[in-house]
Amino acid sequence: MCCKTDTNPDRGSAVSVPLRRVLDNRTHRTAGAGNANERGKRVTVNMTKGQAISLEKQGGGSLNQVRMGLGWQAAPRRGLFGKRTQEIDLDASAVLFADKQPVDVVFFRHLVSDDGSVKHTGDNLVGGAGQGGDDEAILVDLQRVPVHIDTVVFTVNSFTGQTFQEVQNAFCRIVDETNGQELARYTLDGGGNYTAQIMAKVHRVGSGWQMTALGNPANGRTFQDLMPAILPHL
Amino acid sequence: MTAELVRGQNHPLPDTRLEIRVSAGHPVVAGAALGDERGRVPGVEWIAHPVAPSLPGVDVPRQVAADQRLAVDLAAVPDAVHRVSVLLALPVGAGGPTSFGKAAAPFVAVTGPDGTEIASYTITGLDSESAVVALELYRRQGAWKVRAMGQGYEGGLAALLGDQGLEHPADLAASILAPTQAPAPAPTQAPTPTPTPTPTAAPAPASEPAPAVPGQAQTPGGPISYTHPRRRTTTPEPAPTPAPAPQAAQASQGTAPVPVAGDAAGWSMDERLYNQVWGMFEDLARTAAAYRSACEFAESRLDRELDETLTDYRSRVGGANDAARSAARARHDELVERAREVLDRDLAQLAVESEVVEPALPPAYARWDNPAWHAYRPPAEEPMAVRLGDLHLPERTELRIPMLVRLPLERGLWVDSGRGRSEAAGLLDETELRRLALDSAVAHAARLLAVHPPGGFAVHVVDAAGAGAAALAPLVDTGVLAAPPARGAAGVTAVLDQLTERVDLLQMALRNGAVDALPPGLDEARQLLIVHDFPHGFDDRAVTRLRYLADEGPGVGVHLLIVADREDAAAYGPVLDPLWRSLLRLTPVPDDHLADPWVGHAWSYEPPILPPGSRILRQVLAQVVEARPAKQP
Repeated sequence: MCCKTDTNPDRGSAVSVPLRRVLDNRTHRTAGAGNANERGKRVTVNMTKGQAISLEKQGGGSLNQVRMGLGWQAAPRRGLFGKRTQEIDLDASAVLFADKQPVDVVFFRHLVSDDGSVKHTGDNLVGGAGQGGDDEAILVDLQRVPVHIDTVVFTVNSFTGQTFQEVQNAFCRIVDETNGQELARYTLDGGGNYTAQIMAKVHRVGSGWQMTALGNPANGRTFQDLMPAILPHL
Repeated sequence: MTAELVRGQNHPLPDTRLEIRVSAGHPVVAGAALGDERGRVPGVEWIAHPVAPSLPGVDVPRQVAADQRLAVDLAAVPDAVHRVSVLLALPVGAGGPTSFGKAAAPFVAVTGPDGTEIASYTITGLDSESAVVALELYRRQGAWKVRAMGQGYEGGLAALLGDQGLEHPADLAASILAPTQAPAPAPTQAPTPTPTPTPTAAPAPASEPAPAVPGQAQTPGGPISYTHPRRRTTTPEPAPTPAPAPQAAQASQGTAPVPVAGDAAGWSMDERLYNQVWGMFEDLARTAAAYRSACEFAESRLDRELDETLTDYRSRVGGANDAARSAARARHDELVERAREVLDRDLAQLAVESEVVEPALPPAYARWDNPAWHAYRPPAEEPMAVRLGDLHLPERTELRIPMLVRLPLERGLWVDSGRGRSEAAGLLDETELRRLALDSAVAHAARLLAVHPPGGFAVHVVDAAGAGAAALAPLVDTGVLAAPPARGAAGVTAVLDQLTERVDLLQMALRNGAVDALPPGLDEARQLLIVHDFPHGFDDRAVTRLRYLADEGPGVGVHLLIVADREDAAAYGPVLDPLWRSLLRLTPVPDDHLADPWVGHAWSYEPPILPPGSRILRQVLAQVVEARPAKQP
């Protein structure tokens, strides 16, 4: 049924999914996350895990725009019955925390945070060319982030359940949107038997912001499954 | 990394020291105009041109040449300057081309101090224009950006400068172009402050081949050419244009840059203002959401911390408890204070924007006390939207956002003459409230009549008991109504029958694709039915027809405006609930019952208010009647 050799297409109902309304709007037949208990290879991290970057410019003024980009290669078409190709749907999300309390989430069902500071550019259900372009992106306007929000955590999930081993040319990166400079990049594919990654956090330090690479593998279909894994990083 | 801009696109500028390179393939005059916050150029001393080439932060070349370099240091321009427009004009009498359409498209590039190219733009699609605003550098929230403008002027430099807000543009234009020894061949078009698109610039549909312009291979008015600007081809390239591009080219041909309308996107003045107002609406909703979220968080943290002090037995002895509590309160106050500061900053910015935008609004979007209504002329086209009142939030009640509703109306309107839950309504007695409700309904109807082109909108009135005669007088006396208000059950039935039949007929025609088979005498105007005193004079059959009109009418241009107290129709029970829900509820007094689409705040709606004693309503209606095409016998 499936062209991808590593895929186990029949794990459909294995995992219960708490986010009902998310499922309602999606039509994927295979649901649920992979059951990854073994510890796989580490995900490649350009930034060392835990390394922090201050988002202050040398010139004094602090950064105001950060983008989290996510890209991956779409599953190959399968000729005549291409419509049965098992699409790969990765999702980027951002969770806004105030003092360890989640306040707002930006993901494919809520594309702009209520205060307007965090914007998702839209859901991509199938991936792209896998040549380095962002297929999903989340933009953060740091100057507009409400005063009580002290941390924004970026996550990536495989909604269709393929592990990062099965996805070709997947990466996520953090970009300084004002000059296009890449601050951190993670290569996700071949990165082990995981379906999610807690990428990075941007948090307040003094009057400015700092970014810390987390690169923590996890499992889950949406950001909600990741909440327990996120909390220790706050 | 060069960003190749298309018309209207913007790009952030990483550096304040820039060089702007122009290569035109033929001699051009380059200049720069410095504009203030509202985009206007206050005087000739704000323009850098070959005769006066240096201004703080801007240096333009003295000579007329095909390749030009302008040096810009945005950090050095005065604080009052909010935009720098880069201008190009064709020198007169130099034997070169007399319009940009007759020569290769000019190319401009913005480079950093080290020569790296930041953005470039090829000004395609120019035709008979002899002056063009090539680029605009503008301040946005403390940072500078560049936008590809490509706004050409057939009237030449004089028209361009006039549009920038200068007093005597022709004189200055002549002096700038004078070094070429020829008197400017009278591009003495008066400055046209009117922002309406000139009808002459009506663009040809992109699909049609552009009419051949003598001599050259440019394709004016057509799709943007993606060929290299300096490569001459003899046939227009069948460019594989992405869908929006040709439309953008078309639209910007007919659009004058509007300084007051700020930076909202749009293909016409109307649309820009509409988008700007909605942008303000969204910004206010979101900034209030940020503030409320912060306050809520501060509150919950305070609660939690106070609880902790109570449960911690050790700290109960001694003053530690009190100290912890006051520290918790201080933390709360400090956070709320910071949130308030941000809110105040944002609100102040929105207030300034509102002050600029309000006076610039056309009648359809303007308050009744706006002078635009005194200069009212029946429009040639229907606007995008119409203002039904004002919206505000409790955080800053004096900051009012125009409530613009798209035309044609998608849902009927219901002016609630009942008390509802609002405080303001509770203070008024019932008859007063009903009178106010009908008054505001009449004001809505008058506005709808006024913003449609003459003869494009017809109003019917059902007033079964005749109770609304006084309030309806402005409509009746001026003669804008299609027929006198219908009285009694028979009158109600007759009007409803007529409109039901119309809706049915139009639907049938649309469904079968036979619009041309409609009877020739059929009135093409949109129809509005004002129902006063519902359900007085309505039997079950009439109620059913009304519901039919509410459901099916908007699709074929038949709209409802019901003035009613829901309590009066209580006898119908829940069967009328879908009707009420399908209508947009407005109130004759301020009431917070409307939600925004982003965050869902409750917004206070304020009905439009006519200045006391004003005769503007009758004046406008009289003009509407006068402008109507003569009735065919």
